[in-house]
Formats: sequence, structure tokens, C-alpha cells
Amino acid sequence: MSKIAVQCEQISKLFSRTPAVRNVNLAVIQGEILALLGPSGCGKTTTMRLIAGFERPDHGQITVGDRPVAGPQLFVPPEQRQVGMVFQNYALFPHMSVAANIAYGLGRSVDRKARVGAMLELVGLAELGRRMPHELSGGQQQRVALARALAPQPQVLLLDEPFSGLDAGLRDQVRGEVARILRESGATVIVVTHNQDEALFLGDRVAVMNAGVVEQVAAPEELYLTPASRFVAEFMGAAFFVAGVAQPHGLETELGFWPQPVALAAGTQLEAAARPDDLTLFADPQGTAYITNTTYRGGSYLYDVRLPSGNLVRCEEPHTRYYAPGTAVRVELNPGHALAYFAKMERPLALPQ
Amino acid sequence: MKNAFTAQSESVPMQQVETIQNPIPHSRWPIAFSWTQLLLWGMGILVALALLLPTFYLLMRAFGAGAAAWENLFQLRTFATLLRTLGLALAVTVLSALIAVPLAWLTVRTDVPLRRLWATLTPLPLVIPSYVGAYLLASALGPRGMLQGVLENAFGIERLPSLYGFPGALITLTLLSYPYLLLSVRATLLRTDPALEEASRSLGRTPWVTFWRVTMPLLRPALGSGGLLVALYTLRDFGAVALMRYDTFTRVIYVQYQSFDRAQAALPALILIGVTLIFVTLEGRIQQRARYFQGASGAQRPPTVVTLGLWRWPAFCYCFGVVACSLLLPTLMLFYWLFRGLLAGEVAPALGVATWNAVLASALAALVTVFAAIPVGLLVVRQPSKLTYLLERLTYSAYALPGIVIALALVFLGANHAPWFYQTLPLLILAYLILFIPQAVGTVRSSLLQIHPSLEEAAHSLGKGSARVFWSITLPLLRPGLLAGAGMVFLTAMKELPATLLLAPIGFKTLATAVWSSVSEAYFAAAAAPALLIVLMSSLPMMMQILREQNHEQDRRTV
Repeated sequence: MSKIAVQCEQISKLFSRTPAVRNVNLAVIQGEILALLGPSGCGKTTTMRLIAGFERPDHGQITVGDRPVAGPQLFVPPEQRQVGMVFQNYALFPHMSVAANIAYGLGRSVDRKARVGAMLELVGLAELGRRMPHELSGGQQQRVALARALAPQPQVLLLDEPFSGLDAGLRDQVRGEVARILRESGATVIVVTHNQDEALFLGDRVAVMNAGVVEQVAAPEELYLTPASRFVAEFMGAAFFVAGVAQPHGLETELGFWPQPVALAAGTQLEAAARPDDLTLFADPQGTAYITNTTYRGGSYLYDVRLPSGNLVRCEEPHTRYYAPGTAVRVELNPGHALAYFAKMERPLALPQ
Repeated sequence: MKNAFTAQSESVPMQQVETIQNPIPHSRWPIAFSWTQLLLWGMGILVALALLLPTFYLLMRAFGAGAAAWENLFQLRTFATLLRTLGLALAVTVLSALIAVPLAWLTVRTDVPLRRLWATLTPLPLVIPSYVGAYLLASALGPRGMLQGVLENAFGIERLPSLYGFPGALITLTLLSYPYLLLSVRATLLRTDPALEEASRSLGRTPWVTFWRVTMPLLRPALGSGGLLVALYTLRDFGAVALMRYDTFTRVIYVQYQSFDRAQAALPALILIGVTLIFVTLEGRIQQRARYFQGASGAQRPPTVVTLGLWRWPAFCYCFGVVACSLLLPTLMLFYWLFRGLLAGEVAPALGVATWNAVLASALAALVTVFAAIPVGLLVVRQPSKLTYLLERLTYSAYALPGIVIALALVFLGANHAPWFYQTLPLLILAYLILFIPQAVGTVRSSLLQIHPSLEEAAHSLGKGSARVFWSITLPLLRPGLLAGAGMVFLTAMKELPATLLLAPIGFKTLATAVWSSVSEAYFAAAAAPALLIVLMSSLPMMMQILREQNHEQDRRTV
């Protein structure tokens, strides 16, 4: 079995009596990249700061490597945790050169010069050791921050919103480079982000947080196909919900029957999460649904379709099939995989934006 | 400009002059000739001449002074004065840093009890003029002072170790000027990104190592600029060194002015200008360099607070001690002497006259200075060019001119070339103008920068000429800034000592000179009332600032 690098057990943290993190359990396996994903204010940054030792948990226990670092009557200060951190704004020391920044965390026993050289090599900045931080571009600053955090070979490396400081054009390029560096260094990594694409791109596994709670920890594909909660389904992609009823061998929805295993008692009201590519449209003058809006997307058309119930669904069709708004259509549910479903909630259905 | 003038002489109508193709690069001469321009530049040049007057006149005097004066200059005595002046500046700066850095750190970064109170009180000593501070210190610890009186009654001690000279000047100036350092260090601590210290911790460094290797180096620019402000304060100070009888340049100049051979004072005055100019320039450089330090780390989060634990109480005592020495004890002393004076019926009967004179002179100074600052501000902000930049630097460099030097130059000038002008109120007002125009230009400039040129352009496009636009648009929008500037000049002029002392018409006693003459003759009780009035006046802007900040904070909380 693979070794656990970081373990959070039932950790909670209150800020002036409102919980920022509630009973979070999280295990990071050595060598993996775990993405901690969630909207802003969901507690992901607090969780990371708890692991780093900048905040003290009110309940629960944190273990880094084999060593408990926080728990009842126990608090190991950040400098003794061997937890590396790359800050959102990089936090490079402005009064030190690039090389001095990288050497800052190295002990006396290490061959500092060699290690700094190796780190500069790793992040592809071998020539820039003498520069000052303000003489570097945003992408370069980030790589220096990465090198500085990796240099002391921490047990785990934390990255806080690593790409939010970069403009969109640079982001894709830097993202690939950072992924390469992280894989090459073999470090255990926790990446905190609010961006689904980043989480799916970087994470071996993704932990989705909402309102201080971890809702699901899973591999990206699993998260996409079998979201554990309505929130995860919504947050992970342009999903909408189709009302239906549980049957012994499938889901009876307003778009028809879809056979799949169902774990709810027959007759339970439910909502099934579907995506635009799970539906098929047919032009049908007798159809009870009609198209309200057409969006051209280059390779495809995205249609907003109003169902007889008044609910809106979205449907993606190849660019060869064009229907004008107002066209009467028939909608078929044809996902090709089991749909995620949730027992019905009170609030009315709305198309997520 | 040449083109514009030739066009004029060919009597082309004014409106067309501006549309003539001008081959001269736009950045250098952006404005064609017009009467408003002439007026603006005329006034700007007058202000520039006034600012250059003291230095140039002193230079002329110095070159005109005989060989004897130059021999005098290169004597050991001059060198010793220079050493004393710089030594005092250095000592005050170092001691101020030792007081200010822990104080700033405690009030920004820790949970020291009553932290907000200390943050509010510690900058306040800035409102005490140095001669009032020196007076209170002397009246407490000096001969015939309070401590000696107590000890004499109790133990029959008749002499205390002498306070006069270096120790007295050092203590007074440090207690009054450490806030410059405190404020700049505080501002930097508030701005510094907490992530920098966290990064150091996550890289395995203890809080102690982090403080010395990350926090302190980041404070360097603040220490540099704050330290230079303290040093400048010391270099320019006249009141404290004069009352404490420590022979730095300002006191030497004053003593020579009082002697038979006044001309000899010109040379030390010039040396002093040189030294202060160096410091002002250095300060400007550091301010510029400090910018990229901040640019490298914009703080989004407020500073993290260090829990002191049991250290809270020593920290509390430290904050209390500083406030007690620099603020509480001086205030108590002031009231002690005031009541002693009242009981003895010693309160100066001329207090009403002195107040009226001070108000009159200060109000005139405020009016004239702000009036002179408007054209300079307009030129600098609305017509940026090399020439106006030079004008701005010139007003800024007037910061380097100590009051005693300006006063001396005007004394020479008046006594030798314009006896009708010498010892009149207008000459005193001129001295105030030269002394305080930098801060007036500063406020005018910053309020002008807030008025978008498009407002003036809109008025122009609606068919109004330059003068109408200025009266109907610029001036009304500028008014709050002008009032603030006038207020600042008024209150600063109120406490000004050396120029008032040298230039006031005979018999024209102000609050500042009343304090001075009473203290010089060791009538401590008689000095209390005018000193108290001065301190109250000069604490007005600080009080308003504090009130405004508190309102701001309340607004933020309710939002």
C-alpha cells in the first residue's frame, strides 16, 4: 500500500465563531498531486494554511509524514514541519537575489551552491541566479518560488492558487511547465485552486470543497462521471438537472426512460444530472419542446431547449445540424453511461449559468 | 516661444497664434503666448527668485567677505562645529531608531495591551516645537528646575549634573523627532506582505531568524528615509540647540549674528545649506528606490499579529514609558508651570498682544504663501516641461533651508540694501513665504492632480477663456486644498522661532518669541501660557487627521 504523506483527521477551524473548515478528512498519498478545488470562501486556503502551520486547528489532528504536527495539546510551528509552500503572489524576498532566495531554506550540511544550481536547472532558469526578483517576469518569479520551496526537499509542497497572478495568455504555457517540474521533482503536492480546468489538469486526484466541507475526493474522471453531490455535479461542468422518478431498473425522466442501476426506492422523486452532450435533438413538428436560443460554437451548436414542463435544458449538436430558435423539437436522453442522480430538493430547477 | 513672439509682433490675432504650425517640439514649449501665460510665468519666476534670494545673497556676501573671513572658516572651530552638528544629527537618528523600531513593531504586529491607544499617541510629540520641548526639559531637570527644587528641599542638593550641551540637545531632539522614523517604519510594517514571513517560516526558519533576515532588511528603506528626516530636523533645528546651548551651526550662526561682525555668519550658513541639501537629496533618492521594494510585494492581507504572552507586560511598560517621557511628562510640566505662574501672578500680561501678533503674522503668511503657491502648482501640474520640473525641484529644495539661514540672509539684505524694508512686517512675511512654500505647493499640487484636465477642457470647449475657466472651474475645485494648505502654513508659522526672532519689527512680540525670551531668562512660569497656546494650535491638524481616520474606520466597519 502506498504511503500517506499528509493526513488530516476531522480538522475544524473557526474564525470568530463561523466555521471556515468543518470536520475535514484528507489523505494525500506520497508522490501524488492532490488538487483542492472549490469556490472562493470554501475553506480550501484555510485547510492549506492549517497543514502549513500558519493556522491552528480548533479540532482534529494533522500528520505530516509519520509525525503528528497538530492535534489536541500539540502544535508544531511551521518551520519544523518540512512543509514547502508556494504563495499566491510568490512572496519572493525582494532584497535577495534569485539564488539567495532559493538557498534561504537550505541547512548548513547541504552543498548549497550545488543544490541551488540543480534547482535553477530544474526550473529552467540556470542563467538567472544573480537577478533580483523584481527583474523577472511573472512566470519566472513563479518558477523561482517553486524552486525555493522545493530546494529543502519538503515532505509535501503546497501551492496556493498558483496561476491566478498570471494573465490568461501566459497561463497555459506556465501550467504545462509547472506540471513538468512537479512530476520531475517527484514531490507530494497539494494544489489549491478555484479553477476546474487547473484542478483536472494538475491533479492525480481532486478534492472538491464547499462551505468548509470536503464533498468528494476522487480521480478527475470519476468526479466528472459520478459526482457525489449536486454541488460537485454543478461545479464540475455545465450540468443541468432533469426531474424524474426512481424505477427498479432505471430512471424515468421527463425526457424518457434510461436504464441503469438505481439505489433509491422505486417511486422516489429525483433529479438526474446531465450535460449537453448527453441529449439528442430531433426536429419534429409534433415535438412538445422548442428551441429558445441558439449559440454557435464553431464546432457545434449549443441549443437552449424549453421542455413542456417549463424547464430549460441544454443540448449540443454538431455544427451541421442547425435549428432556428422557435423550432419544435423532440429531446431524447442518450448519455451512453449511467447518470448521477440525487433525491429531489425543494428548490425549483434552473439552468446553471 | 520665439515663434509665438514674432507672430505677436506681426500683430496676428491671438486666437490664431495657437493654431500656427509650431516647429519646436511640443514637450518643451507646449503653450503659446497669452496674457494668462505671462501672468502665470511672471508669478512663477517671482517665487523662484524669492526662493533663490537667500542662498544667492549669502554666496555674494561670502565672496565679498574679506580674506579674514575665509581664514576664519578654515579654522579648527568651523571643523569642530561641523563635527558637533553631524555628530548630534547622527546620535539623534540612532537613538530615535532604537526607540522607534520596537515601538512600531509592537504597535503594528503584536497584541500589546492598549495597542490602538499607543498607535494614536506615539506620533503626537511632533506637535511640540523644539524650543518648547527644550524649555520643558530644562525646567524639569535643569538648574533652578523642578527636580533640583525637590532635591534641594529634601536633601539639600544644590547642583545637578549639567543638562546643558550635548545631553540636553540629544534628549530633547530625540523625544520630539523619533515619530518621523516611527511613522515611516509603521507604514512599511503595515504594507509588508505577511506571506514573506510565512515563506521564511515554511522554509524552516524560526521567528527570530525570520525577523533579522526578512523583516529587518525590508525595513531598510523606511529606516533610511525616516532617519534622514530625523537628521534633517536636527540639522535645521534652532530652538533646542540654542536653549540647550550646544554649538551646532544654527546656534553658531545666531551667536555670530548677535556679535559685532555679522558678515562672518554667512559662511557657516552656507555650509549648513550645503549639508542640508545633501540630506534632502539623499532622502529623495531613498524614497524613489523604496518604490520597487514595495512594488515587489503588494500586501493583500493585514499584518499578522504576534501573541506576546507574558512579554505583553514589559512591552506595555515600554510603550507607556515612551509616551510618558515624550508626551505625558512634558504636558504635566507645562501645566505645573502654568499653575505656578498663575498662583504667583506671573502670567505675562502681554499674552493677548503676543497672541494677536502671532495670529496676524501667521494669517498674512498663510494668505501670501498660498497665493504664491497657486501659479507654481498650475505650472508644475498643467504644463509639465523641463522648466516647470526645475521650478518644482527648486521649491522642494527650499526644505533644505533652515529658518535661521533665511532670516540671516534677509537681515543682511534689509539692513544693507533696503533699510525701509528692514524690521518691517512684510520682510517677516517674506521669510515665512520662503520657509513654508514647499508645503503649500505640495498641497496645491496634490489637489490639482485630483482635478481632471478634462473638466477644464470641457469649459474651454464651451467657449470660456483661460481666466474664466480658472475662476469658474479650477479655483472652486481647488478651494479645499487651498484652505488645507493655508491652515498648515498658518499653524507652522505660529510656532516658527528663528526667523521671527531675527526679523520681527522691534517690539513685535509673538507667542514664540515670548516663550523664547522668558526661557532664556529662566522665567519658566512666564513661558507656560504662550507655550501651551502654541502646542494647542499646532496639535489641531494632527487631531483633525486622527478624527478623520477614526471616522474612516467606522465607515468601513458599518459597510
